[in-house]
Amino acid sequence: MRNAFIAELIELAAQDPRILLITADLGFGVFESFAKSHPKQFLNAGVAEQNMTGLATGLALDGRIVFTYSIANFPSLRCLEQIRNDAAYHDANVKVVSIGSGFSYGALGVSHHATEDLAILRSLPTLTVVSPGDEWEVRQATRALIAHPGTCYLRLDKSKAPPSHKPGDVFEIGKARLVRAGTDLTIATCGGILEVALQAADTLAKEHGIHCRILSVHTAKPLDVDALRAAARETGGILALEEHTVNGGLGGAIAESLLELGEIPKRFVRMGLRGGFASAVGSQEYLRKVYGLDAPAVVAQALDIARHNV
Amino acid sequence: MDSIELARRIRKHALRMTSQGGSSHIGAVLSMADIVAVLYAHVLDYKTDEPRWANRDRFILSKGHAGAGIYAALAESGFFPVEKLDTHYRDGSLLSGHVSHKGIPGVEFSTGSLGHGLPVGAGMAFGAKLDERAHRVYVLLSDGECDEGSNWEAILFAAHHQLGNLVAVVDYNKIQSLAPVADTIALEPFVDKWRAFNWEVREVDGHDHAQLRAVLDAPSESGKPVCVLAHTTKGKGVSFMENTVLWHYRTAKGDEYDRALAELERS
Repeated sequence: MRNAFIAELIELAAQDPRILLITADLGFGVFESFAKSHPKQFLNAGVAEQNMTGLATGLALDGRIVFTYSIANFPSLRCLEQIRNDAAYHDANVKVVSIGSGFSYGALGVSHHATEDLAILRSLPTLTVVSPGDEWEVRQATRALIAHPGTCYLRLDKSKAPPSHKPGDVFEIGKARLVRAGTDLTIATCGGILEVALQAADTLAKEHGIHCRILSVHTAKPLDVDALRAAARETGGILALEEHTVNGGLGGAIAESLLELGEIPKRFVRMGLRGGFASAVGSQEYLRKVYGLDAPAVVAQALDIARHNV
Repeated sequence: MDSIELARRIRKHALRMTSQGGSSHIGAVLSMADIVAVLYAHVLDYKTDEPRWANRDRFILSKGHAGAGIYAALAESGFFPVEKLDTHYRDGSLLSGHVSHKGIPGVEFSTGSLGHGLPVGAGMAFGAKLDERAHRVYVLLSDGECDEGSNWEAILFAAHHQLGNLVAVVDYNKIQSLAPVADTIALEPFVDKWRAFNWEVREVDGHDHAQLRAVLDAPSESGKPVCVLAHTTKGKGVSFMENTVLWHYRTAKGDEYDRALAELERS
């Protein structure tokens, strides 16, 4: 996803001199091309995320569109107050970009697991929170965020779903993307774990005759309430799948919205992280398996829902 | 209006605003009043009828708890009616205890949590330098605020990028929230620290208007960012408020208010 992001940003920066990319000293092997093609639109602020976010705000308030970049929780939680007080409260055009959502950097340990960021960032007033599921969505999101005023969070994953967009598909901030049609069950996902949803849906269709609707809810905030209401009404339940704590993430957001609307899905399950820190060591794929977020776990959960719906 | 008169009015307004509103931090306003008055009366370039004028000098109050002093300076400089000051800290007011830009023309940036102003000011200065624009960026910090690590991130950055258009003014009254700075987290040798970080340092009496005007006006000689280390007295101008921790918090009421006002009127 990182390469898709930077490729898109290189194109966009050539057209719009207001774009500035600031990194907190990360991006080896990725940003060289941007720095070379747009030296006046690139800045390494050093290992100093609070200052990076303050700088970005100052630059944005004078007319620039500033992307801040680092990995995991460094550009988000480390400088959360700068995002809140400086950027968001001033409606500054700051786009906070993190590579490494969920267990992307799994084996590096808990410091590098971005597993609470959706909940925390979406609680900030005015913030737009986007977590794309595949590279097409990354490119579209990058473009859309530039046109979208105000402070935004772009959550990039190491994993990604295979391309699933169709000709004529439109990416819109705040609108979930219907990746696959179906009525037996809705799997709503946020981020690169869309790939797990697609794998599980294949198994469910081929081996169990269960046809899932898959929604890539790439925008965690504002949530696409219409698409979720339709999922509640038209399908056998909603399974929210995220590589993130179940507290306040996608599943929590869906539950809040639907309950307030009085739209109760037949069945509703949050699949995410529960309990303590994910201290097991391993790759993203391995940790998904350990913490019950891989395709077999989704299939088992879906079958359980299907049994209740019989 | 000259800066001496402006400073007197800032002090009197802030005393009344904090007294009526029941808010704290009068000692912090009295400490910086002369610096703010010199900036608004003689140094900053701005247009009151066009607060967002692109070529204005930027001023950020990073010690946002002294917001009453900035509201007073802006009102007296013509950004909004002086009568509005009396709503400070009241229900339904736009004038919060810590400085906020919402609905207040002339406030460049909202603060209140310490250690935020200098990074943002550095961003503004960096942008101005990139675009080869001539305006300058002034950030006023408290001494206690210099405990915040984010400032030192910005101090490193500004020096590395030779932001000669950035001026950090430290209101060095040597008293912080609970005790003297020297007994809390010592900053000395403070001048040496800024110099070692590659800033051009100007040490002044923070209540001497001629000195302040000279150091705030003069462009960077070295091309380095400028630190104005202003030695000040917390609570300056009201004898019983001077050099006390108490008046960081206490609100002047009744006889205390009358005595304080009388001293400020005599000054």
